[in-house]
Amino acid sequence: MTAPAPEKTEVVEPVTAAEVPWVTIVWNDPVNLMSYVTLVFQKLLGHPRPKAEALMLDVHQKGRATVSVGSREKMEADVAKLQGAGLWATMAKDS
Amino acid sequence: MRPFHRRFGKYTGWLEPAEASLIADLVDQVRQLLAGRRTETPVDPLAALTGMTLGPSTPPTDPAVARLLPDFHAEDAELSSGLRVLHEPELIAAKDAAAVALLDSLPRGGGQVRLDEEAASNWVAALNDVRLALGVRLEITEDDALPPGVDDPDSAEAAMYATYRWLSAVQASLVTALMD
Repeated sequence: MTAPAPEKTEVVEPVTAAEVPWVTIVWNDPVNLMSYVTLVFQKLLGHPRPKAEALMLDVHQKGRATVSVGSREKMEADVAKLQGAGLWATMAKDS
Repeated sequence: MRPFHRRFGKYTGWLEPAEASLIADLVDQVRQLLAGRRTETPVDPLAALTGMTLGPSTPPTDPAVARLLPDFHAEDAELSSGLRVLHEPELIAAKDAAAVALLDSLPRGGGQVRLDEEAASNWVAALNDVRLALGVRLEITEDDALPPGVDDPDSAEAAMYATYRWLSAVQASLVTALMD
């Protein structure tokens, strides 16, 4: 069985690969201290304390949080920095 | 151990002699894990000629090392592999530099620990790597559950867990001082 053909075609703006933003995701893990994760978000990503704390709580309670958005190269650098500090960080194309 | 405090722009704490050697041993073990991983890197003569250091394309088989050097992408194994080749050497170098900075500022016979801002940042990162490796060995998988085997106070797991918790307290006191 196949899906019926769509009745109307959505108009999709052409987007070049460079324009599609990437995200850096930090995942919850049972070892990293909440205070340490907050400190890392402040020092390595430059987030102010309240935002760093809110992101840390998102990681802790929801299991993951998007901590930065940008070009693929920038996200690569952010993931490397966060992994260097011991956080479980990955990158993904924003969807 | 006396917890860390910020005083006149420095971070000071105090360690018993046995505590200082325990930290030195554990940090050294993490350095050895990372050094072992570094030797798995295939030597690419062309890359060597261009001055580039390339890492291996597959994740570490030791789960503790794998936790220290995770994949860059949660689902895309091919992308993760390519980024590991590019970034793993610098990640290992950064972790090793933090470990060396800790060892350089650790009073080996115990006593007062006095750290500037940069050394304190290296300490919290290096202690964190030790805790991550211990956490994998202890099979700590949930936020608030005891790992297996620690109920028996005479077990190796209980001793390792006590060390883990003590390191958590040391790290927490330094993080708190850094955030003041």
